[in-house]
Amino acid sequence: MDKSATIALAGNPNSGKTTLFNAITGARQRVGNYPGITVERKEGSVSIEGVKVNVVDLPGCYSLSAYSQEELVARKVLVDECPDVVVGIVDATKLERHLYLAIQFLELGIPTVLALNMMDEANKQGFRIDHKRLGSLLKCPVVETVARSGRGKQELMQAALKHAEDRSGSWEPLEISYGVDLDEALKAMAEIIEDAQFMTNRYPARWVALKYLENDAEIIAQGRKIGGVAQDLEELVVKTGKHCQKTLDTTPDAIIADYRYGLINSILRQDVLERETAQRERIDISAKIDAVLTNRLLGPIIMFSVLYAMFQITFTFGEVPMGWLEAFFGWMGDTASAILPSGLIQSLVVSGIIDGVGGVMGFVPLIAVMFLMISFLEDSGYMARVAYMLDRALRLFGLHGCSAMPFIISGGIMGGCAVPGVMATRTLRSPKEKLATLITAPFMPCGAKLPVFLLLIAAFFTENEAQMMFGITLFAWAMALLVSKLLRSTIIKGEPTPFVMELPPYRLPTLKGVLIHTWERVWSYIRKAGTVILAVSVLIWAAMTFPGLPDHESDRFETNRHAVTTNVQNIEERQAMLASIDNLEAQAALRHSVAGRIGTFLEPVSQWAGFDWRTNIALVGGFAAKEVIVSTFGTAYSLGEVDPEESTSLSSRIEADPSWNKATALALIIFVLLYAPCFVTVVTMAKESSWRWAIFSTVFSTILAFSLAVVAYQVGSLLLT
Amino acid sequence: MENLLRSMGVNEKARISSINAHGEMGRRLRDMGLIPGTEIQVVGRAPLKDPVALKLRDFTLTLRNNEADCIVVEKLEDSNG
Repeated sequence: MDKSATIALAGNPNSGKTTLFNAITGARQRVGNYPGITVERKEGSVSIEGVKVNVVDLPGCYSLSAYSQEELVARKVLVDECPDVVVGIVDATKLERHLYLAIQFLELGIPTVLALNMMDEANKQGFRIDHKRLGSLLKCPVVETVARSGRGKQELMQAALKHAEDRSGSWEPLEISYGVDLDEALKAMAEIIEDAQFMTNRYPARWVALKYLENDAEIIAQGRKIGGVAQDLEELVVKTGKHCQKTLDTTPDAIIADYRYGLINSILRQDVLERETAQRERIDISAKIDAVLTNRLLGPIIMFSVLYAMFQITFTFGEVPMGWLEAFFGWMGDTASAILPSGLIQSLVVSGIIDGVGGVMGFVPLIAVMFLMISFLEDSGYMARVAYMLDRALRLFGLHGCSAMPFIISGGIMGGCAVPGVMATRTLRSPKEKLATLITAPFMPCGAKLPVFLLLIAAFFTENEAQMMFGITLFAWAMALLVSKLLRSTIIKGEPTPFVMELPPYRLPTLKGVLIHTWERVWSYIRKAGTVILAVSVLIWAAMTFPGLPDHESDRFETNRHAVTTNVQNIEERQAMLASIDNLEAQAALRHSVAGRIGTFLEPVSQWAGFDWRTNIALVGGFAAKEVIVSTFGTAYSLGEVDPEESTSLSSRIEADPSWNKATALALIIFVLLYAPCFVTVVTMAKESSWRWAIFSTVFSTILAFSLAVVAYQVGSLLLT
Repeated sequence: MENLLRSMGVNEKARISSINAHGEMGRRLRDMGLIPGTEIQVVGRAPLKDPVALKLRDFTLTLRNNEADCIVVEKLEDSNG
């Protein structure tokens, strides 16, 4: 008979939860040191002693109150999915605060096993913890673990499964005394709840009463929907609140927190926790690092140097394998042209598929190097310092220190992706700051826009590549901030949200964690290239191929060709003339195609910014996915190419094109940076806010981008040429 | 001697005497371990003097100055230097 069990991993952000999850399931998952990076639901399965164990990684949270999305999600999973057992991961070096959450699992009554994680660090810092004693005082199994090395994970899983079996699904809520006044109120309320069977199908009665006293917005709202005794409970809460105010000059929720910490302290003092002070003082390495890295003068200098160094490293190390990949796809194109008979199929394979996908895949090494560095910064704890240092400045623009993260993920240090960036805005508590971040994050130079910039820089700004890329990034930040300020002082006005955030200790990231993290992002990029981009490439190839030239037009080219062949004697001259006729025909065909017609239709307006119909085709395609812009250029220009054997690079083709100059390139860089986010981002934005805001962002960004591109082109044409 | 948290210098230690924050802000502060009686130490300020970083219960927390204004503290002598 098959046995199965569900285990939920729960704990504070930075408790090593994700690392433990990776160790247990071996699943690919992101590890972050930034509070709240694990917002999504992560699951994995593993087989232990014949039991199929489904492991759910809950979002990191500090408490089970209704403060953040993460807390609400964690609570919902525990209550609605009733996992067989919860593994509460507790950072042994911060036992007191981490037990605050653990105590709340016990209060909820769900079978709980505690993992005392980071025991190696705790020992190093001079903490002596009696885990058996802690277990007997809390009446739940406690296992020591070191998630980084996987130590204790076997024992933990065994203990969890055994506890799940012992309790076999029964919930035994821990009753904590909250002092005479609250205990009485809780008892009275619990009785009312029990009698009315009010929400008792989901929660234990005393727990509901407790949440009412804590003024838990979600529970109160649920209660009001049900009606019945909700009114009575709310009245009791008000009465108790008044009483507390009068006699103790405080509120019930403050008393509850006091008693919880009081209980934790009394447990720890019963010979559970001992510390060797001298050693602890000596080993606070994070404080020493912070003294330098967040220093008033050095901090910002180091921060900008780190960001700048990332560009240089990315280019230096990413360029070499990028060249290999380019050469490889060039070779594939040549081979395919040689094998396949010329005609529609060859054109589809070479121009549609190989050029389209190759253009995207060429950037994989670059993206891999960069993600490697970003993962390292995230996992090391430095990212949280960036938020800390930037908060004051970001607040000036109506944003939050935590806005730095969505910006950075979206490409704020170049080459991210707006989709996870927009998702990362979930950590922002205030809807207003979130919305401003959400709308401006897609301005960042995401990985898909990079190829466009690289292409144009390679063609027109070869002498200072890194400086140009750095300049583009700074411009993106400036635009994101100014537009945020504009939005926050017009359509999304409002007060700033609290900045209560943990600064995690610095940790040397594990190689495995960083690699998993990097691989995940690179793989999602490759997958996108292999699916969406491939489909869009083919679609755009079709739009650029059909309908073909009408017969009388092709006949005219044929007549010209015939005339040249018979009349021109000089072989070289004849070849050149034939080639130019072929080019003209290809161009005429492209113009005649569906895409050409759209591009030509938009040309009268787009030429204000210097964009011709070919650029327009690429930009329209770019709305499907920004990667498509380069591949469309590839298709557009290779369609105009006579000799498929000759694989000159796209950038030199564009450079040689008379309709291009520095001003056009600059206008296009600005437009691509700022215009409508790709379709996937728009859908994500709609999910995170509403369709109204997503559509607003699309239209608004495009208008903004076009206006600035026109200015850049007009001014640039005067100055640069 | 009671002071606002804002007035504390870097490396100064204090015990929280009261917190005048209600609703969500109050809950957030409590969840992060800021309750009356807690010993805190200011460990740093961001380059623009705001937010402030505190050490309490063996971890580091950051707060904006205007949030720190909800917290009344009693300064402690630095006994174990």
